[in-house]
Amino acid sequence: MAEFMNFDEMFGTGEQHRESYRDYHQWLESQDSAWLHRKSDEAETVFRRIGITFSVYGEEEASERLIPFDVVPRIISSREWSRLVRGIRQRVQAMNAFLHDVYHRQEILRAGRIPVELIAENDAFLPQMIGVSPPGNVYTHIVGVDIVRTGENEFYVLEDNARTPSGVSYMLENREIMLQMFPELFAQINVQAVGDYPKNLRRSLGNCAPRSCEGTPVLAVLTPGIYNSAYFEHAFLAAQMGAELVEGHDLRVVDGRIAMRTTQGYAPIDVIYRRVDDEYLDPLNFNPQSLLGVPGIFDVYRAGGVTIANAPGTGIADDKAVYSYMPDIIQFYTGEKALLKNVPTWRCSEPDALRYVLDHLSELVVKEVHGSGGHGMLVGPTSSHEELVAFRNKLEARPGKYIAQPTLSLSTTPILTKNGLGPRHVDLRVFVLVSPDGIHMTQGGLTRVALNKGSLVVNSSQGGGTKDTWVLEE
Amino acid sequence: MLGKTADGLFWMFRYLERNENTARLLDAGFRIALTRAAAAENEWASVITTIGVKQPFMEKYERMDTDHVIDFLLRDPSNPSSVISMIQSARDNARLLRTALTRELWSATNECWLTLKELLARPVRERELPFVLSTIQRQNALLGGTLHGTMMRNDIFNFARLGTFLERADNTARILDVKYYLLLPSVSLVGSSVDNIQWETILRSVSAQRSYHRLHKGDVRPREIANFLMLDLRMPRSLAFCYSKIVDNLTHLAKNYEVRQPCFDQAETVFAKLTDRSIEDIFESGLHEFIQNFILDNNILGRQIEKDYRFYG
Repeated sequence: MAEFMNFDEMFGTGEQHRESYRDYHQWLESQDSAWLHRKSDEAETVFRRIGITFSVYGEEEASERLIPFDVVPRIISSREWSRLVRGIRQRVQAMNAFLHDVYHRQEILRAGRIPVELIAENDAFLPQMIGVSPPGNVYTHIVGVDIVRTGENEFYVLEDNARTPSGVSYMLENREIMLQMFPELFAQINVQAVGDYPKNLRRSLGNCAPRSCEGTPVLAVLTPGIYNSAYFEHAFLAAQMGAELVEGHDLRVVDGRIAMRTTQGYAPIDVIYRRVDDEYLDPLNFNPQSLLGVPGIFDVYRAGGVTIANAPGTGIADDKAVYSYMPDIIQFYTGEKALLKNVPTWRCSEPDALRYVLDHLSELVVKEVHGSGGHGMLVGPTSSHEELVAFRNKLEARPGKYIAQPTLSLSTTPILTKNGLGPRHVDLRVFVLVSPDGIHMTQGGLTRVALNKGSLVVNSSQGGGTKDTWVLEE
Repeated sequence: MLGKTADGLFWMFRYLERNENTARLLDAGFRIALTRAAAAENEWASVITTIGVKQPFMEKYERMDTDHVIDFLLRDPSNPSSVISMIQSARDNARLLRTALTRELWSATNECWLTLKELLARPVRERELPFVLSTIQRQNALLGGTLHGTMMRNDIFNFARLGTFLERADNTARILDVKYYLLLPSVSLVGSSVDNIQWETILRSVSAQRSYHRLHKGDVRPREIANFLMLDLRMPRSLAFCYSKIVDNLTHLAKNYEVRQPCFDQAETVFAKLTDRSIEDIFESGLHEFIQNFILDNNILGRQIEKDYRFYG
């Protein structure tokens, strides 16, 4: 085993495996590496056959790609997990209180706890949502919280995803494939199940149906269509929940409700799990160019005729500038200190912070406030002189567009490489469901891994892969 | 069920059925090309006409060479009726309506697509053709088996079956449309080897050689062939069989939805034309005209189904 510069999930900082990996490590030691590679190839064949792919724009032949899957699981002890659960629960609760507040009385602004410009000048703030109260005051029905780790007890929230977080289908399929490939492991090791997610999602969304809904709520998943990179997931979740998968052109407003065109005429829908961005939701109320949305859906929503999950305008809670205030936001709404740490963040809109960032550019990670998918970001330590100069110019031209964070030494987990096991950096996306009945977390998540040696970028569009994530039973 | 989903299912199964038919026609045509080189070009011309791609083929090639025909029908992406185009369209549809398919049926479709894509990545040489055609048929059989073994017998199934049988009826009728003259009593030179080969080819192109011979103890007669392909309810590719299935599936839909749509009456009318009359009556009033009317009726029914079940907005 190579020496670890970082904290490794399997080996910590030493040569000995950590307690949570005891049984797995013992099993792994007794496996033949050629057999493991065969299993790995087999898994890829299965993924390809069942078509678990993501679409890539602008590439004709490779327009559907597999996300590389690594067969070595990432294992989380029950103690570590319960700690994460408490922190995430608190955070998500605060997030919903914050959303209700900014779209109603704006107490947090009155109290001067966050600057007015942060909201007023933010593109993610949706004025149309002012005064709208969604059923149960739930705004973020589905949240993906990205967690990174730098040491035995050092967990950070890297990012909140409160709009349309994706990846949960990979969490489910990764487990499915592990059960197929290595059934004996699950007989030996007590791993928490994740397979209930679709059932819980269905229940959670159903609980948020409009007050007018009688009987079993009718659910639909709204997708931008087959060319969307996450189309597989949209279809997968709809199928698993027994919901219809609809596109904007299948829907219209009928008698003050949203209805879908069926073989028997138009049938009303109670809850729409939308995977379409706010801006494209309704050409009458938002972007008039949008062909993905449903004209008038927002008016129906405001009148309480349909539930849209997540609510429009939730982006104001996961924007990277707002992120930097999350500890204050949590304190303000829960009266408690944040249980999970934020990554220290410099807001380049502030002159002092900008000066610091410019002076230390080669040490920092700089991100766009509204960026996602690892695009438009600078990883200082691995960038060339030219890249740094180019980025410095962009930063000086529009500092308000950026935030900066220290380059964290993310924890690693071994992956299976041609030359045996090798450590690679990982993060973890935890999936949270919110309904009036409470906050529910699937005991597992999606571990994303940067497959290139030394890389810190885990995004699937940039050489990232995934792993099954095990939360151990107590 | 969404109108869009019904549309996707209907066409997905039409595409798959058409592929099977193309593979059969190629198989029958190839047999002639191998055994009677002189007749090959004529046979390929009728295959190309049956599939309805004569014009695009002639724009591309001057002669009906075996190689050209094989390439055009199997792997030419510019030919929307080629096997590769059809499986691509079927799989695109399957992606769109993935929520309506069982996991097994989706996997079988995806696997069929992956297999055919690889199989047809390079030009198919003559000696590889039998293997390629049998692979296409085997993949289709897997899909058919998975449909029957895993899908619920509900409206989803009904729309899939409607697509299959409308397409199959069209295919059988087109074969008859191109070859009808061989079946007319007036031209039959009974016992001549040319006709024997032609009749065998017709039977082969609907995979019915063995069934026919079993029924008729080796006595190959044009009247019996016409009867077998058009009116015999035991023959799974006959016009009458297809329509009995179409009526069945529309009956299920009408019961399930508690509405009898206009397409139901249309289908019953067409079915009656196939059950009320003997083959002699049909010959008397004109075989070719009967077949052409059937093709027309079949198309009209397809459009009525699309309308009645709101396939489009």
